[in-house]
Amino acid sequence: MKNRLGRTLNTPLSPPYSESSAHHEIQLHVNDEVVTARVESRLLLTDFLRHRIGLTGTHVGCEQGTCGACTILLDGKAIRSCLMLAVQANGRTIRTVEGLAVSDEKLSSIQKAFHEQHGMQCGFCTPGFLMSLSGLAEQGGPKNDAELDDHLCGNICRCTGYVNIRRAARQAMDLDAVESDE
Amino acid sequence: MKPAPFDYVAAQSVDHALTLLAGEVEAKLIAGGQSLMPLLNMRLGRTDLLIDIGHLEELNHIRIDEEGRLVIGASVTQADVQNHPDVLAGWPMLAAGIGEIGHPQIRNRGTICGSLAHNDPAAELPAIAMALDAVAEIHSVNGTRTVPVEDLFIGPFMTALAEDELLKQVVFPPQQEGAGWSFKEFATRPGDFATVGVAAQIALLGENVSDVKIVVFGVAGSALRLDATEASILGRPAERAIDIAVSELEMEIKPAEDIHSSHLFRKELAVELLKESIAEALERCL
Repeated sequence: MKNRLGRTLNTPLSPPYSESSAHHEIQLHVNDEVVTARVESRLLLTDFLRHRIGLTGTHVGCEQGTCGACTILLDGKAIRSCLMLAVQANGRTIRTVEGLAVSDEKLSSIQKAFHEQHGMQCGFCTPGFLMSLSGLAEQGGPKNDAELDDHLCGNICRCTGYVNIRRAARQAMDLDAVESDE
Repeated sequence: MKPAPFDYVAAQSVDHALTLLAGEVEAKLIAGGQSLMPLLNMRLGRTDLLIDIGHLEELNHIRIDEEGRLVIGASVTQADVQNHPDVLAGWPMLAAGIGEIGHPQIRNRGTICGSLAHNDPAAELPAIAMALDAVAEIHSVNGTRTVPVEDLFIGPFMTALAEDELLKQVVFPPQQEGAGWSFKEFATRPGDFATVGVAAQIALLGENVSDVKIVVFGVAGSALRLDATEASILGRPAERAIDIAVSELEMEIKPAEDIHSSHLFRKELAVELLKESIAEALERCL
């Protein structure tokens, strides 16, 4: 018996480890829709979202968890989709930046704040920031600037447009009444 | 980059994972994947089989056992521990230290046991687990063994875990009543790996130090328990503890030089962080 790397195996293995464990049937919820697919084991969730189901709003930066461009919501929590395999999302609920607005014309309150405060320069990092903040909002929002900044620190903006991003985030998280330590 | 090809199995149970681990195929366990996935993506590491235990409910427990110990299973995320009321009440250093790991988006997936099994020399959790005298419960098809975490960490990214073993849970004993604690680290940017960090816990009897644990990380291949520095201040007056500890520390550690920092800067950081953490721990003593 050979495995799919062409390496000879000494002993036959019992299922589910077999030739077929290189590919997997998965079913998950993405932006309130059921998605089924057959994926290779090593397919990253980012690449599944972008290339397999066409949701290119999730961006790919560093692929090592540092930059935050690929941040999505997994069961309501902000996570790095580059550090998760598509097969690991089987049975889970995912929200991407495409799923933030309730209709084509409406923006979520966080998107609206970024629009009003011009919380972007080139826009590459924007989906990641929006998803990190959406995760924070789902957990009840930040109590203060420190907690907000802790979340913002998880996303990198290489245009260094942080002032407007922070302004937008504070507006969206209702921290405007609190005095800013900007 | 993308990972080299591997096979993947979502384990149905711990026993299933152990059976796969004991097989002929070279396998790695994955739970949160926040250390392993970057290695696979950058092809610094590769494996033939990835065994996923992150979804297993039998590993998803944070509980206090009958002896008052905190027991954390292998699929429990850092975020869950950081915000757990029992942890905040009984093991505040653990909660505070987790707050320094990466970013919230990382802690939502990263696990406690995964960080211990990975043993990055700059990671917070190995140092905290050592300072809190935690014990690792390790399983394999051949049985179970418990190992003090101090003996688990044998070098950079190396542990005493055998290839067929799984770190099923980590157990933190109840901490001494009235002891003060401190966790401090220096990182170039918030959320970066620390250049140097210190975890300290001190108890007083009257004016004298009656119990002390100090662990530094970032200055050696693994988190380092400062035996000599601890011994130098044990039984000594609290008001002299910082001066005595600093002169002992300068002899006890020999940090290496790397791209992030010179050995002199590391030593200076360790001294400053030690001063600050002893002062803070003493302030927190009841």
